[in-house]
Amino acid sequence: MRPNSPIKAPAARTEQIILFRVSGQLFAVSSASVQEVRGVDSLSGAAKEISQPSLRKVKHVVRRGENSVYVVNAAMHFGLPPAPAALVFVLRRTRTALLIDGIEKMTTMTRLQALPLAFCHEERGWYRGLTALDQSVVPVVKPDGFLTPDELFLLDAALSQEAEAETSRLAEDAAPGGQDTSITQ
Amino acid sequence: MTLIAETELQSFVLLRLGDRRFALAANQIAELVPPSRIFRFPHHTSEVEGVILRRGRIVPVCDVAEKLIGKVLKSRRFYLIAQRCYGAQTEWVALPVLPVTGDCELINAEMTLPSDTDAPHVSGWLSHAGDVIEVLNLASLTPGSSELASATAPLQPLEARP
Repeated sequence: MRPNSPIKAPAARTEQIILFRVSGQLFAVSSASVQEVRGVDSLSGAAKEISQPSLRKVKHVVRRGENSVYVVNAAMHFGLPPAPAALVFVLRRTRTALLIDGIEKMTTMTRLQALPLAFCHEERGWYRGLTALDQSVVPVVKPDGFLTPDELFLLDAALSQEAEAETSRLAEDAAPGGQDTSITQ
Repeated sequence: MTLIAETELQSFVLLRLGDRRFALAANQIAELVPPSRIFRFPHHTSEVEGVILRRGRIVPVCDVAEKLIGKVLKSRRFYLIAQRCYGAQTEWVALPVLPVTGDCELINAEMTLPSDTDAPHVSGWLSHAGDVIEVLNLASLTPGSSELASATAPLQPLEARP
C-alpha cells in the first residue's frame, strides 16, 4: 500500500502594504496601488490651484499626460486635525494624489477582514477592510475611495470653467485694443 | 403541565449598565471579555467607539449605555461579545458593560413579549428577583442595516490577495 502523501496547507497569500500616517493616525494602503511617492516640494511646481468650495479637501490639481490628478488632503478627507503634509502618494488607476504626513514602514498583511457591518456610513467607501498587525488594528484604505464619481464630476467641471475663463482672458488680452488701458491724450 | 412550563423557559444573560440590569438571549452571547485595548480610526458611525481584537477577529465596540441609561460607561469596562444579525449574516459586536456581580449572570426565565408601546430596543420582558428586566433587541440598538448585508463583503475574514 502506498502511504498517503502528506497534505500540505496552501501557503497563505500575502499582500505588501505601506503603513503611513495622517495627522498621527496610522493607515495602510496596498503598495501595488501606489504608483509614485513624491515629496510635497517636488509637486509644488507642477500643481495648479483649483477651487471647489464644496470640496475643501482638494486644493490642487496636477496634469499627468491626458489626465488631471486631484491632490486630496488626507487629513481633511478623514476629518482629522490638519497636519503639515510631507509626502504625496500618486495612486494607481485613480485620479487621486494623496497628501500624507509620512511613511511608517512597508510590511506584509496576511489577512484582511471586511469592515464590520456596524460601520454603516461614508467609511464603507473609504476602507477595503481592517487588518491586525503587531497586536494593533489598521484600516486599509481603498484607493478609489478618496474621490467619489460625483466629486470627480464637480472637480472636472470646476477645472473646465477655470480653463474657459483663462482662454477668454487670453483672447481678450490678444485682441487689438481689447484690453488696452493706456491713456492717450 | 410541568413539561410545557419548562419548554417556555429560555436562557438569558444579565448585564449591568449603571444601576440598571438588562438581559440578552443567551444564544446571542459569545463571551464576556475583560477590559481590552480599543483601537480607533476615522469613521462617521457615531454609535461605534472603535474596535477590539479578540481571538484574531476584529470586533466593533457599540456603546449602548447612552441609549439605554443616558450616559456613557467610564469606569473599567468589560465587553459582552454578542452576535448581531444583519439579514442572513451574523457578526460579533462588543457591548461595554459592568460585570454583573452575584450569582445571576445566566438565568432561565419566561419572556413576556413586548407591547406596541414599548421602545424598539425592547424584544421582551423578564421578571427576575423582584426586578422587571428589559430583554434587548440588538438589531435596534446597534448600528447597521439589515439590507446592507446582501450588498457587502462576507462576514468571515477575507484573505488578502496580491
